[in-house]
Amino acid sequence: MKIQQISIFLENAAGRLAEVTRVLKDGGINLRALMIADTADFGILRIIVDSVPKAMEILEKEKFTTKTTDVLAVTVPDSVGSLAGVLELFEKNEINIEYLYAALDKAGETAVIIFKVEDVEKGLAVVEKNGLSTTDHF
Amino acid sequence: MIWNPENECMDRAAMRSLQFARLKNLVERVYTNVPFYRTKLDEAGVSPNDIKTLDDLAKLPFTTKDDLRVTYPYGLLAVPQAEIVEIHMSSGTTGTPVIDAYTQRDMDDWFEGMARTLSGAGGTRNDIVQNAYGYGLFTGGLGAHYGAQRIGATVIPVSSGNTEKQLMLMRDFKSTIITCTPSYALYMAEQAREMGIDPTSLGLRAGCFGAEPWSENMRKEIEKAWNIKAYDIYGLTEITGPGVAFECAEQYGMHVNEDFWYPEIIDPATGKVLPEGEKGELVITTITKEGTPLIRYRTRDITFIIKERCGCGRTTRRIHRLFGRTDDLLIIRGVNVFPSQIEHALMEIQHVEPNYLIIVDRSAQTHLDDAELHVEVNPEAFSDETKDMEQLRNKIEATMKSKLGIAIKVKLVEPKSIERSIGKAKRVIDKRQI
Repeated sequence: MKIQQISIFLENAAGRLAEVTRVLKDGGINLRALMIADTADFGILRIIVDSVPKAMEILEKEKFTTKTTDVLAVTVPDSVGSLAGVLELFEKNEINIEYLYAALDKAGETAVIIFKVEDVEKGLAVVEKNGLSTTDHF
Repeated sequence: MIWNPENECMDRAAMRSLQFARLKNLVERVYTNVPFYRTKLDEAGVSPNDIKTLDDLAKLPFTTKDDLRVTYPYGLLAVPQAEIVEIHMSSGTTGTPVIDAYTQRDMDDWFEGMARTLSGAGGTRNDIVQNAYGYGLFTGGLGAHYGAQRIGATVIPVSSGNTEKQLMLMRDFKSTIITCTPSYALYMAEQAREMGIDPTSLGLRAGCFGAEPWSENMRKEIEKAWNIKAYDIYGLTEITGPGVAFECAEQYGMHVNEDFWYPEIIDPATGKVLPEGEKGELVITTITKEGTPLIRYRTRDITFIIKERCGCGRTTRRIHRLFGRTDDLLIIRGVNVFPSQIEHALMEIQHVEPNYLIIVDRSAQTHLDDAELHVEVNPEAFSDETKDMEQLRNKIEATMKSKLGIAIKVKLVEPKSIERSIGKAKRVIDKRQI
């Protein structure tokens, strides 16, 4: 299944990242995965949290510029070559990946890879058809 | 050297009677030929017959930049279009340009003003004038060009920019006078030294600098860097372009060519004429202008008229180096930019808030102005992809370039991050130490 990732616009100024994490901490939001895309002038922080509605409410209240994006959270065994296998499958099915990053998994024996793909529905269909497991358990 | 001793050294009483005759003629002309002025005078309850002395000028209503905007493009024309031989233009407050349309007589007055200006800097027919003001609709380039030709000097019409070529031409053609913005003069000197050329070895002896604010300190720097005399010149497109006022060898205050462009100093708040020597807003009446005459035009420039007669022999009155402006005009690299223009340009871009802050600074190394525009990102414009955001930034930069005519670096900032004081955002931070 698809899950929602939250993106936050950060201008390149000291303390902005710390500010986001402080606001989330005060709201009792648990950060399960994060990635920063940065340029010389600004950054985009992408996060996976345990409660999207709650996190969005807090961030909007604090005037952060946010956006939610559908991504795929694919569970893979924590072993050599498991990511390569998924990527090979995506390549074969022409699923265009825009970016990906790894997340924590509760169980500890598997890894979770967050994929932002061009066509999320198509990506999801490929994942499901090929018996890969996804998670929304953060 | 005085270009036109007859007019420039005229007895004050004779000058006043010449000015009065020209003013009377002007008021009659515009009242008859320009409906805009006729309405304005009628509304103010004055007629050409009320102009009985030069001091009666104060009875006439002011003309503002907004009037020029409303009458754009041809609303102020006082002659048939066929009489117009050239048109120049500069950007106005809200992006609507301001024009100046010249008859042949107006061109002659302009040439004369610039001939006097270059002569004030010691220029003669023996000089080689390298003209690094921009050519085109901007009056700087062609104004200096025409003036240099009028005094019979050799003109190098290189226009602005291309510093290496400027230096090459200076060396090869042995230019003696440079005409450009003061900041560009400093920049060129810097570049020359970086290229291993000693600017003082190039043989320049004078420069006429204007089109942007500068200071006595900058003058000292320029004079030292090039081993030249640096002269301050003044003009504005609406009036004629450069040539309205210029410094002589005394280098204290700029002689106004007041037989063409009559100066008054007013209190910008009350509009009352101030006595000589008091600081206020410069107001100019184009007493000989035929194409687009201006009556009591408010320049928004702050200065005062120097009381003392000048030691150079000219009797024309001098205005002090400008102190600033009564409005929020920013002059960035010689280009006029009103903050409202930035706002209008931003409003044309989808999903961008007209919330901005422009920070202007002058680089200590290059002496050129740098402008950075902070724009608040609207939540709708926010994309999860850095490439989309960079595209947005590039689009804003391109829009600014086309609307303002200068390159401005754009920085995207978070919404509500631009400081607001009592509901109104602070739009401009000018850090330049001029």
